[in-house]
Amino acid sequence: MTGLTLTNLKKTFEKGTPNQKLALDRLSLAVEKGDFITVLGSNGAGKSTLFNAILGKFRLDQGKIVLEGEDITHLKDYQRALNIGCLYQDPMRGTAPNMTIEENLALAYTRKASKSFFALNRRDSAYFRELLSGLNLGLEDRMKTKMGLLSGGQRQAASLLMATIAQPKLLLLDEHTAALDPATAAQVLDLTRRLVAEMHLTCLMITHNMQSALQMGNRTIVMDRGRIALDIAGEARAQLTVGDLMRQFQATSGRALDDDRILLSPEKAD
Amino acid sequence: MNGLTLILSALSQGMIYVPMALGVFIAFRVLNMPDLTIDGSFVVGMCVCAVVTIAGSPLLGLVCGMLAGALAGLCTGLLQTKLRINPILSGILTMTGLYTINFMILGGQSNLYLQRTELNAAGAQTQVASDTLYKSFRTLLVSLTGNRRLDANLSAMILSGLIALLLLAILAVFFYTRTGMAIRATGDNEEMVRSSSINADRTRVTGIMISNALVAASGALLCQQQRYADLNFGSGMLVVGLASVIIGQVFFGKRSVTLGLISAAFGSLFYRVILQLAYKIDMPSYAVKLLSAVIVVIALTLPLIRRTIKERRAEREEAV
Repeated sequence: MTGLTLTNLKKTFEKGTPNQKLALDRLSLAVEKGDFITVLGSNGAGKSTLFNAILGKFRLDQGKIVLEGEDITHLKDYQRALNIGCLYQDPMRGTAPNMTIEENLALAYTRKASKSFFALNRRDSAYFRELLSGLNLGLEDRMKTKMGLLSGGQRQAASLLMATIAQPKLLLLDEHTAALDPATAAQVLDLTRRLVAEMHLTCLMITHNMQSALQMGNRTIVMDRGRIALDIAGEARAQLTVGDLMRQFQATSGRALDDDRILLSPEKAD
Repeated sequence: MNGLTLILSALSQGMIYVPMALGVFIAFRVLNMPDLTIDGSFVVGMCVCAVVTIAGSPLLGLVCGMLAGALAGLCTGLLQTKLRINPILSGILTMTGLYTINFMILGGQSNLYLQRTELNAAGAQTQVASDTLYKSFRTLLVSLTGNRRLDANLSAMILSGLIALLLLAILAVFFYTRTGMAIRATGDNEEMVRSSSINADRTRVTGIMISNALVAASGALLCQQQRYADLNFGSGMLVVGLASVIIGQVFFGKRSVTLGLISAAFGSLFYRVILQLAYKIDMPSYAVKLLSAVIVVIALTLPLIRRTIKERRAEREEAV
């Protein structure tokens, strides 16, 4: 079954000015339900723009977005958020710092929670406690703690719970571990892998780490100038090394996959 | 004026301004937004209440005054969210426009006394004072206690106190409902609210409406207590409200919404006590606004001063 279908997405920013930029160039992509796609690309290739288009942060010049059979092209951002979870690089973006962990989760859960007068109730709290204890960060005993007091990694883990708490039809991860230290990043990536697998989520993940782009998920796309330059899955992907990927990119796009932030395999690619 | 009457008079005034302090708290602390509508919505509450009270229903006057305040808030909210006008400017625009509206509500004059003209038995025109909530409440208390010499200030304070307490209790509960929590989150991280599939524009507008309805409630109560409405009464109300919120914060800190609401209410009372003390040392009444502004400036700079002192001390210790 098709999870997400993008057809001919086109977006030009600052049209008619010297800064005019074609950010999405008739981009099309079909994502199967349950696909976990990693997204690579140089700076300005259009990765985040693609996510923002799916999230409804701006109006497209043309194109159509269909999520599990529903045309969401003309829905407002908060309406789309009913079925789309999203996580950014900055752990501060996904949570409300002056509200407690419990309140943050309750707010995110509003999408799917059964009606109740008070936002917090015993049944939901028990559920949140169970979810939090799954993180193994001890947060289940700190549910009344304000979110702002947590470390970046803890906040990002909590944000990940919030993004997935309502069983979204699509999860978008925009370099959600880039701001974390390596050990914490690895932990959050593990958690991501586990949640996506357990909930059978359809997921797109932008990353600058080519190694984890090839290791995680079942499909990798490389973007270039608002289009998809490479789309690799299955057997071909299983055999692929980071070196192969860079050569293939050079062959199709005629230039190197370069980016001051792209990480070549931190450990030796095997 | 002895100490007790001084305190009583201060509390009696302070209670009237508690709803306004709660409204300012919601705008500045919960929604995290400077809302300048407040000066205008205080007066619109006052004017609408005056007209309805003169027409014969003081209770309806309070309710209509609050609704008018909520409408003023709706206007500011829509300017901000639908037309994307800067929040401060949205408030200023509504406040400025309200001046004309208030003038029209008062029937083209700048003040209005709560009285109506009646013909007496001899057929001559006389001015009859309108009933107010305070008058009815005092009559009620007198009939209950049998004390005919009940202090009007005392009964006024009890009534304003009861209304303030009721509003405070409703708000304290409201901010833990789903809508209330979404309003709090909107002030804390609007993007997170939108990503939770909640229409943040709507929660923001709702918050601004509630805030301005509370401010208007204070205007309406003051109108009934002093028995007149005045177009120019609102100027500087925002600073008065902010002073209350900040003074309250000095005593209670900022931990939860409920505590925040309570501290704003107490701040309003403390503020009036400070003013009464200032009057006692012969401060002229026109100095009130300057004093309020100075209090707010001092309270706002305290954290900076504290930090500077700490840094200087640390520096000195390093040097030794």
